[in-house]
This record gives sequence, structure tokens and C-alpha cells, in this order.
Amino acid sequence: MFDDVLFTYGTLIDSVGINALLALSMYVVLAAGLLSLGQAAFMGLGAYSSALMSLQLGWPFWLVLPASCAAPVAFALLVGGPTLRLSGVYLAIATIGLGEVLRAVWINLDITGGAMGLSGIPEAAGPGLIYGLLAAALFVLWRIGRSSIGRAMEALRGDEVAAQVIGVDIARTRLAVLCASAALAGLAGCLDAHSTSFIGPAQYGFEPAVTILSFALLGGIATPFGPVLGATILTLLPELLRGVADLRMVVNGLIIVASVLFLPSGLLPWARRRA
Amino acid sequence: MGAQAGMMLSLRGLSRRYAGVVAVDAVDLDWPEGGVHALIGPNGAGKTTLFNLISGLVPPSAGSIALGGTDITRLRPDRRAALGLARTFQNIRLFGAMTVRENAMTGLHLAARASVAEVVLRLPRFRREEAAVRAATDAALERVGLLDRADLRATALAYGDQRRLEIARAIVGSPRLLLLDEPAAGMNPVETRALAALVRVIAANGTTVLLVEHDMRFVMDLADTATVLSFGRRLFHGPPQEARRDRGVVEAYLGAKLAARLA
Repeated sequence: MFDDVLFTYGTLIDSVGINALLALSMYVVLAAGLLSLGQAAFMGLGAYSSALMSLQLGWPFWLVLPASCAAPVAFALLVGGPTLRLSGVYLAIATIGLGEVLRAVWINLDITGGAMGLSGIPEAAGPGLIYGLLAAALFVLWRIGRSSIGRAMEALRGDEVAAQVIGVDIARTRLAVLCASAALAGLAGCLDAHSTSFIGPAQYGFEPAVTILSFALLGGIATPFGPVLGATILTLLPELLRGVADLRMVVNGLIIVASVLFLPSGLLPWARRRA
Repeated sequence: MGAQAGMMLSLRGLSRRYAGVVAVDAVDLDWPEGGVHALIGPNGAGKTTLFNLISGLVPPSAGSIALGGTDITRLRPDRRAALGLARTFQNIRLFGAMTVRENAMTGLHLAARASVAEVVLRLPRFRREEAAVRAATDAALERVGLLDRADLRATALAYGDQRRLEIARAIVGSPRLLLLDEPAAGMNPVETRALAALVRVIAANGTTVLLVEHDMRFVMDLADTATVLSFGRRLFHGPPQEARRDRGVVEAYLGAKLAARLA
């Protein structure tokens, strides 16, 4: 009976956990007041680099998993300098551009399989690993939230000028936040590649970037649990509404508009105490 | 033209020009360590620009700034904070999503040394630091009279209380120099008297206070020195009682004709 459930819904169960990790990667940047639409690009870097490590280098999965963070973090460090001077909508536009550049790279390189993507990636990531990592990420982010680091991020989100005056190093904090976010997204990409065994360039374009943003907006960023709830709902919803599957992006768009208008703090608006 | 020895804050030839307007014009000033010092002047005299230059939010067009003998002209605001500079804002800048206590705690951001691992694992150093931050924060809130409202959202406070919370956030780290930008604005006479007492306590605890204020009675009672700016230039720098009698100061406030008639 249980095996049947896993067989039927295994992919869905995995993608809820993976999307929740992506939602957390979005949470990290939003919590510090940065609007990045590059989360799907970071995920793609993690997915492609880990798939190549498995397929081309034949590395064992326990080595591939941590290494899958390396490429996204390196990319975050590289693009962080010039782009983190930007804020608000300008940063969002710059990160969309970066995502599109990477998508063009995946399509045009032979080693990444072009438009066909990569297949035959070993199915090494199961629900136990995915949910274990999700729980670990939630635990770490929850505890960081209630510390001077969390307060500095919140300060940066609330008022950049005041944050500087109390001694927050804006550039360093933003870069650290972007790297942490890239590492989480990379991890999610690796888990995705190694649970579905197939990846293609369309998975990491603008559309998934917006979907990841809608996870966080629906759940709210008062605590890391909000985005996880948002990801869970938005991953399960299309399954429940099979009939309107074609309208998924429309539904996502409506959710973004509705949450901005009616639920500006998301479904879980209650902040934990940071003191 | 080096910074003068023994001075808390020294400005040399400090200027700031905005497209055609000279907001601060080649100002030379020295403030000694300790005491309460007032910065006054008519609207548009350049007082807030001077504060923004000192705290590093605006880069100078020319000149230099030294804090306790250290040249800070090229330092970022957060580095200046690390050297013991704190400030409040004329248009209050609190963190709206945080409680009163959390806002005050952020003033100790620079005291935190625990690494991410220590934070996540709640290791002893982190726990010690958080306890110390909590104790210092509650002491600062007590001092400004907000401890009983520590768990309220900062935005739920009345205007005058928000000003006091901003002061608590600024003094919780025991800064060497505190800049207060119109701390009495929007306060009633009772609140203003309490504020004057608070500023005296802050100064008595070893923080040099430099404040911009329009309320002249507040300044006369409180300040050890008064500095008058007009059109970005230094008009007067000395004991507050003398500022009242200074011809240039009276002219700046009343206009030359009226001042001449009164003389």
C-alpha cells in the first residue's frame, strides 16, 4: 500500500521538498531586502554542474551533493560585485538577464546536451535525503533569524541608511546572503537532477524564477516556514487542478498579484521574536 | 592642516556642493571630548548636511573629518560606527517590522562576534553575547523610559517615544560621539524637559553629544557650546549665551535691517 503511494506520488513528494528548498533560497535574499530573480539560474547551475559531475566524472553522489553548491556560489561571488550595488527592481532585472545568459549557455554547449538537456542522471536522491536537508535548512535559517545576523538582515530590509549607521556592512551582508541563497538553490538543483534523472534548459528560465518568487510571496517571509508553506501549496495545487494545468502561469500570476494586494505579509505573517 | 590633538571631532575645510548649491562651505570646527554641543542655524543652513557628512552618508566635496584624532573622511558609515559614532535622524528611521526591544538591540550589531556555526548550534559564546546584548538593551530602554513597552511593535509607539527609541538604539553601544538631529522635534514641553535630562545623563556617562536643535531654550539650558551655521558657513562657535549677543547670529536669524533697528 505504502509502496503504491510512493510509486504514484514519488515525483510529487520529491518536488514539494525541492521546491520548498528553492523557496528558502528565495527567503534568504528577500529577508535581507534583495529582490533576485536569479534563483532558477542558480538552481540550473547546481543541476547542470552536479549532473556533469555524475555523468562525466563518475563522482559518487555524497561528493557531488556538496560540490553542487560550488558553481552557484562562485557565480554569485562573480556577479555579486557589480549587481549588488543595484537595489529593488534594478537588481531584479539584472538577475533576469543573468538567468537568460545561462540558459543560452545550456542550449548552446554540447556538453550540456543543448536543447535536449541531460538524461540518465543516477536517481540517487530520495525523499529521505530531500526532506532531511529541508529540515536542516529550516533549522539553520530559523536559528540565524534569532541572532544578530538575523537582526542585521531585517535591518537591511527595513532601512538601508539606518542599517549602515548602526554598523551593518551592506556590501558584505548582501554578498553573504546572495551566496547562501545560491548554495541552497544549487543544492535544490542537484537534488532535482538526481531525483528526476533528466534536466533541460527550459527548467531554469524566467518562468520558474517567477514561480519560486510566488512561493515566497504566498507564504510570506516573516519566518522561513512561510515560503515552505507557499511552495507546498503551489506545488500541490496544479495536481489538484489538473484541468487548468495549462493555466499554471496564469494562476501563479494571480497569486502574486493577490498576495501583494490582499496578503502583503503572506499566509504566515507572524514574525518570531528576534529577542 | 592636521586634526587638532585632544579633539573629539575636527572638521577642516569641509564642503559639500549639490549642483550649484553650496550646502556646507569650507567649515573649520573643533569639538572637545565630553559635554553637550549644539549646532543651530536657520532652515537650510546646512546642519543636516553636516551631520550626513560626519556620519558618512554623504561624501564631502572637499575637506576632512577626524574623529578622536583618526581621519575618517574616506570611511564608510559602518566603519565610522565601529569607531564609536552613533546618530539619530530628523525623520525618525526605525525598523518598522521589529519590536521596540529588537530595534534597540540592533544598536549592538557591532558587538556580535559569534560565527554562523556558533549561532546555529547555540554555543556558549553566542549565548553569552545574546544575554549581554539583552541586558544592555534593557538598560538603555529603561534609561529612555521605554522598558515597559519593549515588546510592542516600534511603529505602535507615539511620535515622541519613537524619537526616544532611536536614541536608545544609538546609545546602547556606548558611543564616543552621538549626533542627535532635532531630538526635541514634535515633543511637548514636558517631554522636552525629560529629553534634556536624558541628554545630560548620556553626556555624564562619557558620550560626547552634538545636537541640532531649533528649540533655543532647550539649547541654552543644555549645551556647553553652540555653533551657528548660516548658508553653509560657520557664523559662531562658542558659549551659547554669547551666541545670543553675537551680531552676525542675530542678523542671520532676523535679517540685517531688523537687527540694526533693534541694536
